[in-house]
Amino acid sequence: MIRIRSFKPLFSALLSLLLVVQVQAQTAEEKGLAIAKERKQRDLGWQDNQAEASMILRTASRQEIERRMRLLTLEVKDDGDKGLTIFDQPADVKGTAFLNYSHAIEPDEQWMYLPALKRVKRIASKNKSGPFMGSEFAFEDLSSFEVEKFSYKYLRDEQYEGMDCFVIEQQPAYEHSGYTKLITWLDKEHYRAQKVEFYDRKDSLLKTLTMHDYQLYLDKYWRPMKLSMKNHQTRKSTDLITHELQFRTGLSESDFSQAALKRAK
Amino acid sequence: MRAVWLNAILLRPWLTLALCLLLVVMAAVGSKNLYFRGDYKIFFGPGNEQLQAYEDMQSIFSKSENASIVIAPDEGDVFSPQTLALIKDYTEEAWRIPYATRVDSMTNFQHTSAEGDDLLVEDLFEDPQGMSQDEIQNARRVALSEPALVDKMVAADGKAVMINITVQLPDEGLDQAFRDVAGAVRELSNALSQTYPNHQFYHTGVVYMNDAFMTSAENDASTLVPLMFLTVVLMLWLLLRSFTGTLSTVIVLITTIAATMGISGWMGVFLSTATVNVPTLVMTLAVADCVHVISSMLYGLRQGKSKAEAIRYAMELNLMPVFITSVTTAIGFLTLNFSDVPILADLGNLTAVGIMLAFVLSVTLLPALLLLLPMRVAVKQQTSSGRMEAFAEWVITNHKRLLPFTVILTLVAIGATLKNEVNDQATEYFKPSMPFRFAADYQEEHISGMATMDFGLFMGEPSALNKPDNLQIVADFTQWLRAQPEIDHVSSISDTFKRLNQNMHGDDQSYYRLPEDRELAAQYLLLYEMSLPFGLDLNNQVNLDKSATRVMATLQNLGSKEFTAFEQRALDWLAQRAPNIEVRASSPSLMFAHIGETNMASMLRGTVLALILISCLLVIALRSWKMGAISLLPNLLPAGIGFGIWAVISGQINMGLSVVMSMSLGIIVDDTVHFLAKYQRARREGADAEQAVRYAFSSVGRALWITTVVLVSGFAILSLSNFGVNADMGMLTGIIILVALAVDFLFLPAFLMVFDKKSVNKEDNADDTDKKLQATV
Repeated sequence: MIRIRSFKPLFSALLSLLLVVQVQAQTAEEKGLAIAKERKQRDLGWQDNQAEASMILRTASRQEIERRMRLLTLEVKDDGDKGLTIFDQPADVKGTAFLNYSHAIEPDEQWMYLPALKRVKRIASKNKSGPFMGSEFAFEDLSSFEVEKFSYKYLRDEQYEGMDCFVIEQQPAYEHSGYTKLITWLDKEHYRAQKVEFYDRKDSLLKTLTMHDYQLYLDKYWRPMKLSMKNHQTRKSTDLITHELQFRTGLSESDFSQAALKRAK
Repeated sequence: MRAVWLNAILLRPWLTLALCLLLVVMAAVGSKNLYFRGDYKIFFGPGNEQLQAYEDMQSIFSKSENASIVIAPDEGDVFSPQTLALIKDYTEEAWRIPYATRVDSMTNFQHTSAEGDDLLVEDLFEDPQGMSQDEIQNARRVALSEPALVDKMVAADGKAVMINITVQLPDEGLDQAFRDVAGAVRELSNALSQTYPNHQFYHTGVVYMNDAFMTSAENDASTLVPLMFLTVVLMLWLLLRSFTGTLSTVIVLITTIAATMGISGWMGVFLSTATVNVPTLVMTLAVADCVHVISSMLYGLRQGKSKAEAIRYAMELNLMPVFITSVTTAIGFLTLNFSDVPILADLGNLTAVGIMLAFVLSVTLLPALLLLLPMRVAVKQQTSSGRMEAFAEWVITNHKRLLPFTVILTLVAIGATLKNEVNDQATEYFKPSMPFRFAADYQEEHISGMATMDFGLFMGEPSALNKPDNLQIVADFTQWLRAQPEIDHVSSISDTFKRLNQNMHGDDQSYYRLPEDRELAAQYLLLYEMSLPFGLDLNNQVNLDKSATRVMATLQNLGSKEFTAFEQRALDWLAQRAPNIEVRASSPSLMFAHIGETNMASMLRGTVLALILISCLLVIALRSWKMGAISLLPNLLPAGIGFGIWAVISGQINMGLSVVMSMSLGIIVDDTVHFLAKYQRARREGADAEQAVRYAFSSVGRALWITTVVLVSGFAILSLSNFGVNADMGMLTGIIILVALAVDFLFLPAFLMVFDKKSVNKEDNADDTDKKLQATV
């Protein structure tokens, strides 16, 4: 391991500070974790869903383009969910399908079917923080919420858009995450994320995600129909809009296999 | 009118003093609005075509402003575990640099390879210290054959690497942002050089170019301005030998500068690499006014006049000449508004303001101060400068030989001006001793030039990049660029497509070519995009809807002519090969390359206007069309000869030199005015040309000599600047002022004696005239 000598005093100072904070703020972290567990608890058991969605990508100068896709998701117990994305637009990638097994702390497993090549390719990379389809969303922003993905710290209560919210700090457990921390606003009533701030490796605010138009499915599961991600550094933004969403459509493991990729159209 | 003004000052010196100081303070308060801008964009107006193209390109693709770190191990091979570990550490730490949005290096290069049907996308050197010797050798081979890396991120001989930090700077507070980035990178280099001794770090890129601009402005402000001040005080003491005179002048200079900078603040003009030298210029130009007034006053005192009388005498004698010379100088500086470089226009305006303020203060504050401060003067007739008279006699005797001699010399010098070449290249603005220049030279010598040229290829409709025809054009263009001798490196998306095609076919070398249909290309790109990690996306090469791509070329540090010629060649090639593709070229280097020529053209127009205005003023001041016409020669020749001398010294004309012509015109005109005014006065009194020349020499010769010494010293000090634009401007202006004196002393008298032979007033005989004239001196 390489140590940067001149940072050493800084490190030890930080470390001791961390220890002090830990002792005093034990409850803040416990509380954060408890809230995260409750959040996950309330969203268990939805099994699977299928959505039709659009991504609107905008540049700093407000040019925009739309990409359309279908998203199939399978709930996986005690691990990240499995997702299958089928691209409909732009035309030259129509039929391209992307399969993702997300994991909390391990790199995701990913495959892509290229219709023009008629082959399934596995992608081996550590790209969780990389952009999804050139958008402002990273893979890790879109994959399911898992308690193990982060360590937590409850910060404060705060009103957001008229809702009483918990404000929680989350630090990614994944080694190659592009973020140092996320600050999440969860409404107290339903434990739904309303706003998330993403901080980059230099600890400055990189992006803000806001959730809009929450709908209730199966009387239990809340889903936002619009996710709005703004990059503060590049001033680009992306909206992810769900046009249609159906739960418990009967999808199974076999619909999320490599073989299924080729069939998906 | 004049009497009222003089009496007001002489009868109420305290009131004058108080009023002047009040106004100066009011003006000076404006300096609270002053702020400094050192970023390179201040050289370009908002309407500048190249700046617009550059900013457009930055908004279509991602920003490309960068700080680069060149790292060279003393051992000479970057592929040692130690150096690789350093590069990796640096790359990781660099993400924490303020405003960093992307860090590229050889270690985090996203290497793609195939393993059966798996596409592996990973850092080329993920864990250098855990790599076996074989793995390192393997990666070395990849690095040195990868077109995206070799000659850009790693030297072809493996002796140096570059780490590139792309920064996304805020629109507000750009300066501080540049400073923060430069400081943080330097700190990181220092920290890592402790852990990894035996490595050299060099900092280049746009961030450090800016840093160099700012550093040189700071150096100028902290060294040249005080140096000029000391020189002025010393010269005043030597010339006037009067404590009060020196002190009063210094007070006038300080108040002038304070008020000028304050007015700059009120006008919202910021300080910049150019305007930071306004105090030096104003000081240089204002000194002359004061010297004229005080010399006359001292003369009066020595003649036994009372102090008030001596001041009145000095004022009456100097008011008009000082006013005229101030106005002509101000006109010269005001024509800097023709410049395409906003900060040069600022420089002109502020200096013009300063010159007129200096005039006002030297006829109000200065006499009041001289009246109030105690002054002792030995009533002693100063021995008239016998040398000047001897010199005049020499000129008169030899004028027939002098004229052809000076004419030939002039023609030779003017012929030499053709050897000058407009050249603006930002790195060359800095002396080789400056760290930035040193680093840029090192980078050029070991890896690649610092000059870049980005080509945006716009193909019209969304996804058009994926069409095989378009991809082929991008690939051909890339290949054409690489074949050009000026090119060090080209980064192009076509290489990525070829590599992916090869990866998708089990790394079969024969597939290192473009995908053959549009869908395949689109799907490769999607696949690749989905596999890239945080910050290393394709936005810097492909636009949002994939209708355009940016091909980024790195070139040797060429002169601006070669640079713009290369641009034209590339654009021509594309226009011919791909008429349907819209192409735009842009880069900071290109902005500098173009500004030199457009600025030169506009400044020539400015100079013509300055010449016309100043000549008109001379016709009015000398009340003679003939004299006005004759004045053209001594006003124009110095610039011609000066630029000829410049061709011998350097021959490189940067944007600073383009303003020298009109600027120096306003200054050298003063000499001509003084000389011709005295000559004409003698002629009107009936003297012939020879006598009039003699009179002119004896009455203003010494004064001209003195002001020239002051001005040349001032501009010589400016030429000490580390910043080429200022240094060259100072040096050439100094040369021209010196030449102007030579022209006025050697050429002009000879010319007048040969061509101005017309009637001597017959009623007076020559001796009488001479005596009369001597009495008026």
